[in-house]
Amino acid sequence: MSPILTGLVTIAIAVAGCAGYFYASNWVLDRVIFPPGTDDRGRNIARANLVRPWLFILPAMLFLSVYLIYPVVGSFWRSLFNRSGVEFVGLGNYTEMFAEEGFRVALFNNILWVIFVPAAATFFGLLVAQLTDRLRWGNLAKSMIFMPMAISFVGASLIWKFVYANDPDIGIINALRDFVGLEPVDVLQVAFWNNFFIMFIMVWMQTGFAMVILSAALRGIPEETIEAAIIDGANPFQIFFKIKVPQITGTILVVWTTITILVLKVFDIVYAMTGGNFDTEILPSYMMDYMFRDDGRATAVAFVIMVIVTPVMVWNIVQARREMR
Amino acid sequence: MDNIAGQKSGLSIVTNISVVALVLIWLIPTVGLLISSFRTDDQITQSGWWRSAFAVSQAYRVSPPEEGARQEGDRWVLEGNLFDASEDDEVTGSGQVTGFGLTSRAPGAAEPGRTYARYEVAIMDEGELDDTNLEIAHPAGEEPSFPATDEDGNEIVLDPAPIFDRAVTVQENGDFRYEDAEEIDRAPTIYITAPQPPDFTLNNYEQILTSDNMDQAFINTLTVAIPATVIPIVVAAFAAYALAWMDFAARGFFIAMVVGLLVVPLQIALVPLLTLHQRVGIGQSFLGVWLAHTAFGMPLAIYLLRNYMIGLPRDIIECAKVDGATDFQIFTKIVLPLSFPALASFAIFQFLWTWNDLLVAKVFLPSQSDSWVMTVKIADDLLGSRGGDWGILAAAAFVSIAVPLAVFFAMQKYLVRGLLAGSVK
Repeated sequence: MSPILTGLVTIAIAVAGCAGYFYASNWVLDRVIFPPGTDDRGRNIARANLVRPWLFILPAMLFLSVYLIYPVVGSFWRSLFNRSGVEFVGLGNYTEMFAEEGFRVALFNNILWVIFVPAAATFFGLLVAQLTDRLRWGNLAKSMIFMPMAISFVGASLIWKFVYANDPDIGIINALRDFVGLEPVDVLQVAFWNNFFIMFIMVWMQTGFAMVILSAALRGIPEETIEAAIIDGANPFQIFFKIKVPQITGTILVVWTTITILVLKVFDIVYAMTGGNFDTEILPSYMMDYMFRDDGRATAVAFVIMVIVTPVMVWNIVQARREMR
Repeated sequence: MDNIAGQKSGLSIVTNISVVALVLIWLIPTVGLLISSFRTDDQITQSGWWRSAFAVSQAYRVSPPEEGARQEGDRWVLEGNLFDASEDDEVTGSGQVTGFGLTSRAPGAAEPGRTYARYEVAIMDEGELDDTNLEIAHPAGEEPSFPATDEDGNEIVLDPAPIFDRAVTVQENGDFRYEDAEEIDRAPTIYITAPQPPDFTLNNYEQILTSDNMDQAFINTLTVAIPATVIPIVVAAFAAYALAWMDFAARGFFIAMVVGLLVVPLQIALVPLLTLHQRVGIGQSFLGVWLAHTAFGMPLAIYLLRNYMIGLPRDIIECAKVDGATDFQIFTKIVLPLSFPALASFAIFQFLWTWNDLLVAKVFLPSQSDSWVMTVKIADDLLGSRGGDWGILAAAAFVSIAVPLAVFFAMQKYLVRGLLAGSVK
């Protein structure tokens, strides 16, 4: 059977199975376990309503526990064992890893990524959001800047590989250098700065996201505050920096952290651009080097990423709980 | 809106210009690759895509037959027309010479109407006298004037005098006169450059879809993406309803858990889950990818849908409850249809994410080439084996980008709405 047919059958089975599960479990709950037709009908309905939420969330929670909660523990446990998974080495994978030059390069580059990408994407996003706010063709412009969001990281890497190509008749960067009389360079091999050329791909992709969120936030600012500032004689820059930005700091922070988290997950760009060569490795791509080869080391890297993400996770939970109250 | 107080028209011009500049920077890379996907490899290496609307100068090698060569003084001469002599249709078709030469290194060294000659000259190379071939262009019918040094910077000695080897004169219409110091008994080789009109083809697309197995990869991607989009919606919708409208003790805990899991990096799940899949017999398979994508999309799905559902009017749901509807009925008959925008938002996210994913596909799908999805195909195969073949690479990229771009432009409204609801506030 061709995979696509299997896929369609799977959809049918899965959807029917889910619907069937929910319908059947509700039926069993209402009719079999707590039948309403008996003497203590009211108590039975109340009891059924105590159980029902659990029926509703059970499949989702199963997925979450098996595929997201168990692996956190599982990865940590696995990282305590050696390559073959037989010998317990304690924190050996971690000490070995931290002593390695390659890991430190990846960690350093990842710190660069975490600083530069969210900052640049948020900056460009805010810039575009503000500039297009009153523009007649603003929506079209936003649409164009939002577009890279739909492209895969691999596709985006290819697009930019073409821009960075060494041949001045192919790569537009080197064509410009050629135009002003400079020798062509392979920007992906320029030590240190190559990281920024790769990072810019991520900025290119994430600016649209920042722009959409910040644009909505700018629109949500109460008009009166701006009008008051205009009457008081504030110039457009003062209005932007002193009236608008302070009112959307919360949203800027959200955009910033969301992109930061994404940066810690994406290995595709480095993988497709340089394969981690020329000192461009970051943690996610470093991990993929060891995936399938040394699971002990790979899980250790994954756990380091997890630890880096944890503060954001805690902060999110605290925020969510505060909101619910 | 330009006359609002505090808004100066000068500023408005600057704003317009900056936005145009930003949009251009954002668009140019994609446009460049798109244009290149319709060009042949020859054209891509000959001229940048930004000049693709103009003719490119292409070099050709022509060997006119030696018949008709005659002796004039101490030289042998061959005359004729290069376009008549060429068998290459492209050369014959262009009909105009823009440059010519004697070596493939410099195929367009001389302008039409001039003479390009090769002499054997004596040079001083690190203090020693040496011989070398020197090619030189000069007006037809005149003697060449030799430069002081050759291209390596060695001094050219004019005593002994340079020895004539061969020369060729080519007119713009292809008429040529070839002179040689020795008898012409083989067809001489002349290089010319001629303009080739811009040419856009679908050959790259045809090639990757027929012989490079991109069609198989496309189907695999589709096979991964569709179930991985549909299944999580069904599972998450029920959970989101429970977390939004049903009262139970652990609700707050579960909501916090979902919010926390939103940021868990995928990397952490790879090794334990692959091991688990192998132990229960799923192994590396499509089923494994569907399950993984379903689970990885679950936190966002629950979060988005719950946020939307909780905003539905309380009256409707309470009225239904008073009328005796069960939770199951309320969910399927009222909440689900009303939540369509949120379902659409999530569906787009999940579809784009699963379609574009490389990591999960690499880890959870078999590594044989017949189950590669497009991202794996491009990253692991084409970028390596067809590294410099930009036409093919560009076409492959656009085959993989086309569907998400179509979805993006058709459903942008829902995507924006989903983004706004999904960012933790």
